[in-house]
Amino acid sequence: MLDLAVRDRLTSLADSGRRRGAPPLPVAGALQPLLPEGLRRGSTVHVAGSVSLLFALLGVASAEGAWCALVGLPGISAEAADEYGVELGRLAVVPYPGPGWATAVGALLDAVDVVVTRPPPRVVPGDVRRLSARARSHDSVLVPFGAEWPGAEVRLHLREGQWEGVGADGRGRLSRRRVIVTAEGRGRAAQPRTARLWLPAAGGGVDPIDPIRMTRPAHSTRSDSNVIALRAG
Amino acid sequence: MWCPDWPVTAACADAGTPGTPGTPDEAPIAVLTANRVVACSHEARESGVRRGLRRREAQSRCPELTVLPRNEAAEARLFEPIVLALESIAPGVEVTRPGLAAIGMRGPTRYFGSETAVLHALSRAVGAAPAQDGPKQLAVTALIGVGDGSFAAEQAARQGIIVPAGESAGFLAGLPVSTLDPSGDSPLIDLLRRLGLRTLGAFAALPPGEVHSRFGPDGAWAHRQAGGRDDRPLAARRPPAELVATLDLEPPVDRIDTVAFSARAMAERFIADLAGHGLACACLELQVITENGEEAVRRWRHAGVLSTVDVVDRIRWQLEGWLRGGDREHRPTGGVTRLRLVPIETVPLGVHQQALWGGSGADDERAHRALARVQTLLGHGSVLTPMIDGGRDPLQRTRLVPWGDTPVPEHSPEQPWPGHLPAPAPSVLIDPPRPVRVLDAGGRPVTVDDRGVVPQPPAQLVVGNEARAVTAWAGPWPVDERWWSPDAATRVVRFQLVDVAGHAYLVACSTPGDRWTLTATYD
Repeated sequence: MLDLAVRDRLTSLADSGRRRGAPPLPVAGALQPLLPEGLRRGSTVHVAGSVSLLFALLGVASAEGAWCALVGLPGISAEAADEYGVELGRLAVVPYPGPGWATAVGALLDAVDVVVTRPPPRVVPGDVRRLSARARSHDSVLVPFGAEWPGAEVRLHLREGQWEGVGADGRGRLSRRRVIVTAEGRGRAAQPRTARLWLPAAGGGVDPIDPIRMTRPAHSTRSDSNVIALRAG
Repeated sequence: MWCPDWPVTAACADAGTPGTPGTPDEAPIAVLTANRVVACSHEARESGVRRGLRRREAQSRCPELTVLPRNEAAEARLFEPIVLALESIAPGVEVTRPGLAAIGMRGPTRYFGSETAVLHALSRAVGAAPAQDGPKQLAVTALIGVGDGSFAAEQAARQGIIVPAGESAGFLAGLPVSTLDPSGDSPLIDLLRRLGLRTLGAFAALPPGEVHSRFGPDGAWAHRQAGGRDDRPLAARRPPAELVATLDLEPPVDRIDTVAFSARAMAERFIADLAGHGLACACLELQVITENGEEAVRRWRHAGVLSTVDVVDRIRWQLEGWLRGGDREHRPTGGVTRLRLVPIETVPLGVHQQALWGGSGADDERAHRALARVQTLLGHGSVLTPMIDGGRDPLQRTRLVPWGDTPVPEHSPEQPWPGHLPAPAPSVLIDPPRPVRVLDAGGRPVTVDDRGVVPQPPAQLVVGNEARAVTAWAGPWPVDERWWSPDAATRVVRFQLVDVAGHAYLVACSTPGDRWTLTATYD
């Protein structure tokens, strides 16, 4: 029975790959307030401000079987990627795509689930449209990193970071960073959302700072009642 | 025809071990790959050295053992003159692997009169062949045997006997089942032993239908071998011509690795085309043509079915033997312009396909193909896969290997590596490290004294022309690596710095000299 259940789940995960309306790729629990649906296939998610945020975004999807590619990001630390749960065997890195950038990203979008790319300094608007359309038609996720990318469904941005563990006296070591990440977008994601995270958390990975206060401000009354309920319980 | 311990012979000749090529009886020799013995000389075997032993174990059994690394390219290259010699007697030489080759006997027997006459002619030809190799003469021990089918013939060659036609089954019946797979790691052999089938005869006595249903196509193939029947599978057929794969190289290429790289896509297409027809290749003919019209044709047989990697390996071996072979007369004068892969013998594709779990194998396969395509677009070494390596420095702990190569860590990442940075790891590495300046509150460079103490704490980090105020820092953490070796010794002192904007950096100060570099950032 368990075997069957596991097989069903794996088959559905794998088959879903190239089907219309396929379930989105999962994201870490801490990022769920920002991306309640996960990484929707066919979408473009823009990330800015932090490579750690990028790894945090890929981690769970990669661990659950998705293939990821990083194009144009030299100097990636395998150790850090591993701490966020990225499966290195399913991660391909094209550090220097050169003039073939658009072709390479396009070819990868055909088969790789998540393609992260740092666009070259001057991107032709045509390339932007073409690549986003290619991601849509092949049900993969395009993640432009850094430079502005018009037409992204969701934009994740790391606003500020504050390190803990070190002081002005030279003692301690970097242990974790308190950050605020905002997500803005179009359509259903139009309302900006904010999450306060440990990125990285102590020992690596991503954790929510305060799980209760992470819901959207609009629902603050409900979250307050949660607080009361929890305390009462 | 079988050359015993060919890896040993080839490695000796290649290494130019004094004395050994002429007189291999002198010293025990073992050839190692990845710290395991893959082949050893007769003397070493008498002292108890066996395949699969670890280096240290082998040396403890035989202290005077000479240990050589395996050189597959040299094996192929040195075997080439012998194959040429065989070809001078009979066309259509099938090379199973360097060191083992087979020819069809019927034609030559008719020409020379008897099988013994053929063997005499063969041994004369083989004996004369390496002499053309100039001063670096190679003593080849070759055993020749005759049997029905190449498996029986190989076993006959190991004993140096002629098995009369039709009696191969009886000859094979007494041999142990392990002869089916000399490498000894086949699960089939292990299973047969546990079932109490210790000889080929006992295995061959099982009804074929049952063997097929219990052990699958591999088992059925082994069963036919054990029965001394020609190992051409029952369903073997001449494949239709459209399965031939051709690769034209323009301009001509004379580097083996370049040809092999270009041929990878062709090999993939070749295997995929066959698979599309429900076939797999067991024996292929590889034709190489140069710009001046020279041609090298060789048949390669594989126990089992050929995969893409196997095909590319064989292309590499053939080119190695031809382009760099010892025999100058037969060396081509120009670059390679065309490669052709002709499937000679095909078998129905087994039921064992990719992955057990539904379609996940297909997804992986698709990703592999896309990555291979990008690699062809941008060149070899453009697509990399990261791996964690052992080391103390974050730069050492991340290593990128070209896509398709097996990621093997140079050092074990599981070792404790005292002195390496604890998690979280910096996310962006700066390779090579960028020279920076770290200044104290007075604007003077920060120094680290001999005892690893910082008299003045860092207050400013200057990267290029941009100065950043340091608000928090940690360190100094001295790492004194390989102090015993003057060339490899490194002495650095590491710091973590956090600037006023909340960015964290890992900087290192190499001593003596106080050269500061930015190694990584916690982005």
